[in-house]
Amino acid sequence: MSLLSMFSYHFMQRALLVGVLVSLCAALLGVSLVLKRYSMIGDGLSHVGFGALAIASALRLAPLAVTVPVVAAAAVLLLRVRGSGRVKGDAAIAIISSSALAIGVIVVSLTRGMSTEVTSYLFGSILSLSRGDTVLSVILSLAVIALFVLLYPRLFAVTFDETFARATGARAELYNTLLAVLTAVTVVLGMRMMGALLISSLIIFPAISAMRLCRSFRGVILCAAAISVICFLFGMTGSYVFETPSGASIVAAELIAFGFCSLFGRKG
Amino acid sequence: MALLTCENASFSYDGVTVLEDVSFSLKAGDYLCVVGENGSGKSTLIKGLLSLKAPSKGKIVLGDGLKRTEIGYLPQQTEIQRDFPASVREVVLSGCLNSMGGKLFYGEEEKRRARENLERMGIEDLKDRSYQELSGGQQQRVLLARALCATRKLLLLDEPVTGLDPVAAGEMYNLIKLVNLCDDIAVVMVTHDIHEAVRYATHILHLGHKQLFFGTSAEYRHSALARRFLGGGAG
Repeated sequence: MSLLSMFSYHFMQRALLVGVLVSLCAALLGVSLVLKRYSMIGDGLSHVGFGALAIASALRLAPLAVTVPVVAAAAVLLLRVRGSGRVKGDAAIAIISSSALAIGVIVVSLTRGMSTEVTSYLFGSILSLSRGDTVLSVILSLAVIALFVLLYPRLFAVTFDETFARATGARAELYNTLLAVLTAVTVVLGMRMMGALLISSLIIFPAISAMRLCRSFRGVILCAAAISVICFLFGMTGSYVFETPSGASIVAAELIAFGFCSLFGRKG
Repeated sequence: MALLTCENASFSYDGVTVLEDVSFSLKAGDYLCVVGENGSGKSTLIKGLLSLKAPSKGKIVLGDGLKRTEIGYLPQQTEIQRDFPASVREVVLSGCLNSMGGKLFYGEEEKRRARENLERMGIEDLKDRSYQELSGGQQQRVLLARALCATRKLLLLDEPVTGLDPVAAGEMYNLIKLVNLCDDIAVVMVTHDIHEAVRYATHILHLGHKQLFFGTSAEYRHSALARRFLGGGAG
């Protein structure tokens, strides 16, 4: 089996295209999320995504069109709850994510013939991307990347010191919401391939690996983007060669990269 | 016209008043130290001056063409992650955000201002270093340079020397005084250190859930309140 043959399948080409773009999005957003201590939001959103996806499938609706707005709404809600202080932020995330997971599981169990789909939702499948999904995924991920680049100075200011940014007139709330919504979009796009249980690693791993190597914000972002795309490509290749699930293979590649970065990076 | 006027301002959280009836005014070039024990409302006042918290009664008026977003703020160190991966240049540049208007990226003007303020703080040689590798004193200088990028008129400093060793603290006090005198930038500083406050400031505001004292340093030194806080030997 030659490696090049993996590029001859249509579903593989789609998966690679979407995967590279989603990996880029996840890495860019991940740096801000990890530094703002929002890492668990990515994880919470993926479970909400699972619930929404299960409902969409049960009702035979277009999966992305349903999941993206639901998860985006959940992202805004999570930020609000975190800010209000009535429920502790991490508890709020746990409540929302396990409830969404539970609803998803109930919907699946009540709907006939969905058990194979459940596995693909939870652990990801590259076969799940339809042509329409691919087009939408490419457009959305390009939008995420463009917004991130255009708002870079403001996102840096809000990430580094939100109080100062707000005091000097930056609309921190707006950028936080934007960050959450962009994360929601990325989580949904990546979830099909990585699975609900593994998508948050795509957001967290590149950021913490890059922080072992680089010491400037721009350096960390560029490095995280590179690590993310490289790990994705290695993971996909590994998944093709060893016939392992794509999501798990990508996470394994991320873990190995993190190991190398910890070994060879500066202490920190 | 005063740069900043506080008129009978009170602040409350969830209906509980934490700071009551504060009235003072600040002119260009003034150096005001806000003193008081922990929990006396100092940080709340700072939030009020920054318009991050609205007064429950009274008002805060800005004058001399000072805009709300043009106050150079140096937060308490605990509010910033000391291990944040960012270069000194990136941190200082982020102080220029309020003058960018609708522009998306930093231009020549912002870069020049950042460079000037790095030089002013004597840290231009650190510009490519990482913020997290710096000593506490150096980090404070970086944050002061950032604050200076954001303002030409008023600095708001929340315990700028807490956690610094005595040498670094002394240097920080001198730098602040220098900026205050040479550039005519008014300073409002929250501090625990009443001795240094009286030494450097032109005015003192003493808080204890309400305004206990406002006046010049000289007046404060002779007040009964100061005698209690400064101890016998001062004056």
